[in-house]
Amino acid sequence: MKFTWFNLMPWPHLPDDFREKNRSVWVDIDQALFDPVKCHEVYNDYLDLLEYADQLGYDGVGINEHHQNGYGLMPSPNIMAASLARRTSNAAVVVLGNSIALYNPPIRVAEEFAMLDIMTGGRFVAGFPVGTSMDTNYCYGTIPGLTREKYAEAHELIIRAWTEKKPFAFNGRYTKLRHVNLWPNVLQTPHPPIHIPGGGSVETYDFCLDNTYSYSYLSFSGYLRAKALMEGYWNRVGQRNADQSPYRAGFAQTVFVAETDEEAERLYSEHAFYFYNRCLHVYPGFADAPGYRTIKTIQSGNLNQYMRPNYPTLTWKDLVDGGYIIAGSPETVRQRMEELIKGLHVGNIFLLLHVGNMPKDKCMYSTKLFAEKVMPHLRNLHPEHASDNRFWCKPIARRATPAPVGQAEMVPAQ
Amino acid sequence: MITTRKIATRAAEVNVLSGGTGPDLLFLHNAGGVTAENPFLLALAKKYRVFAPQLPGYGDSGDSDNIRDMLDVTLHSFDVLEALGLEKPLLVGHSLGGMIAAEMAALRPREVEKLCLIASAGLWLDAYPVPDIFTLLPREFPAYMFHDAEAGAKIMATGGNMNDPAFLIPFLVTNARQLGMAGKFLFPIPDRGLKERIHRIRARTILVWGDSDRIFPAPYAQAFKSLVPGAELVSIPDAGHQVVLEQTNAVMAAIGRLG
Repeated sequence: MKFTWFNLMPWPHLPDDFREKNRSVWVDIDQALFDPVKCHEVYNDYLDLLEYADQLGYDGVGINEHHQNGYGLMPSPNIMAASLARRTSNAAVVVLGNSIALYNPPIRVAEEFAMLDIMTGGRFVAGFPVGTSMDTNYCYGTIPGLTREKYAEAHELIIRAWTEKKPFAFNGRYTKLRHVNLWPNVLQTPHPPIHIPGGGSVETYDFCLDNTYSYSYLSFSGYLRAKALMEGYWNRVGQRNADQSPYRAGFAQTVFVAETDEEAERLYSEHAFYFYNRCLHVYPGFADAPGYRTIKTIQSGNLNQYMRPNYPTLTWKDLVDGGYIIAGSPETVRQRMEELIKGLHVGNIFLLLHVGNMPKDKCMYSTKLFAEKVMPHLRNLHPEHASDNRFWCKPIARRATPAPVGQAEMVPAQ
Repeated sequence: MITTRKIATRAAEVNVLSGGTGPDLLFLHNAGGVTAENPFLLALAKKYRVFAPQLPGYGDSGDSDNIRDMLDVTLHSFDVLEALGLEKPLLVGHSLGGMIAAEMAALRPREVEKLCLIASAGLWLDAYPVPDIFTLLPREFPAYMFHDAEAGAKIMATGGNMNDPAFLIPFLVTNARQLGMAGKFLFPIPDRGLKERIHRIRARTILVWGDSDRIFPAPYAQAFKSLVPGAELVSIPDAGHQVVLEQTNAVMAAIGRLG
């Protein structure tokens, strides 16, 4: 199993009446709710938490890209990844990912990911999401009906830039480059492993299978509701006669650990409610620009955006029983995680152990309990696939280490 | 009575609604599309031999991945004219259809002699930002589209339960096909450089605008008037962006001025 400690980096200072007084946490969120001085502290805390996860032995630390919102403060996850490259030592830096249709030219992604791959000594996992409609269409202005074609072209360019070892010309519809010749280029061969966040379209299943990429379902509605979608994926894997390695799939799950189930509710319920009621408060008109989803995807009936539950009415018990969150004592969490891992047949878990406005100390408590009392029992749930390393990074053995801070003063003057 | 026929261009199979007798008229519909029951189309068919091709992605026309931008859709529209064997028909376009009609008239000024642009898209004025129709919820449309929002709501009623997948899925498919195509010309800003070409129009041009158009308010009518050489503006009271439905007779009279 690969456990990635994932941080969306939410804005933790949305007011109590945010939902009533604002139409959306995304796209046109009120500038007056932002405070850069507070954000200075927030970023520092969040990076501390990611670094703490590395120290506790999580396999990866994960971040992603979102724009103009209070749900996740990372327009550029690559900046966070660069910081983590220096202050973590063992965990993979998982950037899940860059919305490649938004970069002009897209080799910017190939270049920055190559730099991260090198800086981390190959401790790097790449992700190529299409991006939410809020980000891709409404914030970044990409035409919905052309988004996927642009994405496909960007993907082709990036992979060629990573793998072709001499300069080439690229005559795309959206990008034309006479001399593509990345310098520096990626460390891992043929390139860093790639994870693709998807939402249930057959096209994306096939894209992952064609390219040996891991399919990630990043939903906040939990593992019980993910069952049908993931079954669709594994059916497709079967139809295509591909092997059933669980590392072909990843899943994001919100998790809270405490000494007891009661303590979990007492410590964490306010933060779960903050997340579901404020961070996910997206104006429906921004959720899905017409043309962003393919007709096939709509016809598949995966209408999460439209038929999502009425979060404000959900109690802690609803969230737990419905599987939106996995919360409780280490034993409770272990049982539910085992159900998730076996039920969805996934090898990559993206753990949302930080949620909403959770303060650092509580998050460290939950993170430590998971690392010490839950994770060890889940490590070998897929023993028959233990040797499958196609979907994870391959760091070099002898990695450079940053000099301790303050060392400059000890260097004698020449 | 409106009949349908299929023609083919390089880009797509096109469903063409047609009917009536009289001078030839090509009608280009707005981003909401056009059906055989459309009251404005029926009014046109009383006076003209009207042809209303459905854009790819609309109604019974096929989809087209080959139409990506303004030039593609403009040339496609000329291909439709060609396939219908029409010679210099009176060209009428509403909103998105007006934008395409204006591009056609600017691109081949000698082939478009009579032009009517109704509440046309295609320009952007910083002082009057156009509402983002791609973020509007179904229930929000009437207030933007009609002078009389209440009456408009009855015209636009979707007639289905959005919580029922059996209604919702076909509704979303239609919406994705139609606005997915319209977005190629209108998203995120409905300006594809028409103002750089619009001076080339040589057609006798009538501009028709509802006085309470909330999508392209009055300054847009004035902007078109100042940019299209010799254009005449007919402003229509008690009408919004859907002036063709709210004041059909007044629009017909305005088109009649083109002879």
